[in-house]
Amino acid sequence: MANASTEPTRRDFLYIATGAAATVGVGLAAWPFIDQMNPTSAVLAMASIEVDVAAIQPGQQVIFKWRGHPLFVRRRTPKEIAAARAVPPSDLPDGLARNANLSDSAPATDANRSIKPEWLVVVGVCTHLGCTPTVSTPQSPQGSYGGWLCHCHGSEYDTAGRIRKGPAPQNLAVPPYAFTGPTKIKIG
Amino acid sequence: MAHQSSYVPKTGFTRWLDQRLPIIRLVNDSFVTYPTPRNLNFWYVFGGILTVMLVVQIVSGIVLSMHYVPNADLAFGSVEQRIMREVNYGWLLRYIHANGASMFFLAVYVHIFRGLYYGSYKAPREILWILGVFIYLLMMATAFFGYVLPWGQMSFWGATVITSLFSAIDQVIPNLGTAITHWLWGDFAVGDATLNRFFSLHYLLPFVIAGVVGLHIWALHVPGNNNPLGIDVKGPQDTVPFHPFYTVKDGFYMVLFFLVFLGFVFYAPNFFGNPDNYIQANPLVTPTDIVPEWYLLPFYAMLRAIPSKLIGVLVLVSSLLTLLAVPWLDTSKVRSCRFRPLMKQLFWIFVADCILLGYVGAQTADAAWHVGEAELPLVWLARLGTLYYFGFFWVLMPWIGKKEVTRPLPESIAQSVLAKGGH
Repeated sequence: MANASTEPTRRDFLYIATGAAATVGVGLAAWPFIDQMNPTSAVLAMASIEVDVAAIQPGQQVIFKWRGHPLFVRRRTPKEIAAARAVPPSDLPDGLARNANLSDSAPATDANRSIKPEWLVVVGVCTHLGCTPTVSTPQSPQGSYGGWLCHCHGSEYDTAGRIRKGPAPQNLAVPPYAFTGPTKIKIG
Repeated sequence: MAHQSSYVPKTGFTRWLDQRLPIIRLVNDSFVTYPTPRNLNFWYVFGGILTVMLVVQIVSGIVLSMHYVPNADLAFGSVEQRIMREVNYGWLLRYIHANGASMFFLAVYVHIFRGLYYGSYKAPREILWILGVFIYLLMMATAFFGYVLPWGQMSFWGATVITSLFSAIDQVIPNLGTAITHWLWGDFAVGDATLNRFFSLHYLLPFVIAGVVGLHIWALHVPGNNNPLGIDVKGPQDTVPFHPFYTVKDGFYMVLFFLVFLGFVFYAPNFFGNPDNYIQANPLVTPTDIVPEWYLLPFYAMLRAIPSKLIGVLVLVSSLLTLLAVPWLDTSKVRSCRFRPLMKQLFWIFVADCILLGYVGAQTADAAWHVGEAELPLVWLARLGTLYYFGFFWVLMPWIGKKEVTRPLPESIAQSVLAKGGH
């Protein structure tokens, strides 16, 4: 060009403006396409349940369904509670209580794992890869810690639902819950 | 195309078409006159078989989707009641599709091991190999999504275990892994939303595979086929046209392959299946032993061999990504194991290792071999197997390639073939 200049031209402006609009537009448009995969409002609305645990006998576990997951409610015998309390904290692979009702840094003592020691309420999802662990009873022991054994990959939990052996990294999660009556629990 | 096109349109219409869309020329140059090494053996027929299996899976899948319902309450019934008992020939279509997946993987494993043995990943075929690894990964994703669709117990718990692999990220960035799993599931657990999206993706991915297969064949036709001698084609005396030589050879073995495939379909349709998948999905009860489909077992064994969740998942992922690096891990100047006495042995140990890992992956997590009084937990076998798997690629391959004294290579393909022909 004869009158070449270093001044920006109208073409430069159009080029940058179009590019910027396209980049921002694609970026904004991407979010709805990503976020549509998250749980819907209907799924979020069904996030809490209330159960009556009066019929559960000592030493027995009943499984409820909460947020699509199994929820273990175990009525622990005094022996099981004593066994859980006797564990030195240094023996625990995961030192945190993982109790949604307490602060994130609460230590994994047995007292921090339940609201009433007799009733252990935990999400029945192995923290390794999500299988449902099998409950251990004196008649049918599962693993060596009296709690649960996950058959998928061999994780063993104790009577407070704490991981003791195997690939699972964390204790079974304690969901947010509260007693609404002597034997009525609201979860979520 | 690497070779000069020899296509001459013969009629008025084909001349007219050739100037507008030279599609007949493309087919002619790619699958008729395409010069192919004259010494390709049996192990080279699986590429063609794989292409046909992809078509079988897509066609049978499309018709199955006309009867299948991707809904957590209805999916199991739409497969076991409607497709298996009510739809005309539904049982046949379903067994073709389910066993077809296994046959597809059988063929792809032969194809991959053949590539490893003859050094088909080496320059100038690195991109060809990498595209092949992408196809393999896409196949695993497609097969996984498809296995979830009948919504049996193995479907459900397989989906739970595999998607939960992402929760290992929690150990690096707290809560991110869990957020990803909820995003993948569309729920707090595997459920209806998960099934719906898996169906959508299961329908999509085969067409992506078809696209990458197109690139794979393109990348094959630029340098041309490798061959059992692993030496370059030096001239026309080393090649034969693809048609009729390899169309017939591929076709013949394809018929034999289909005899095996249909043997399973008609006489042992559940041979590769798991009986637990005939129980409808139950989110509250995990089957006692979760076992993936046979073609994923070696990787499953590696995952279980590691007592830490995060490292186990990392090992699983890197065992697959390792394949991408193979063209650069092998330092040997010689391609084919025929002339690599040491590599040949290591290769066969590697094959045995994969089978061993597959065997261990099929056993329970706490299984053990009993030799007299002694007890050998299989998890240790899996650890040894995992060690060799990585050692083979990351240590032995680079090292042996430099150390090994290779056998002398023949002058040319033609010379080698004619010498063998006997005079």
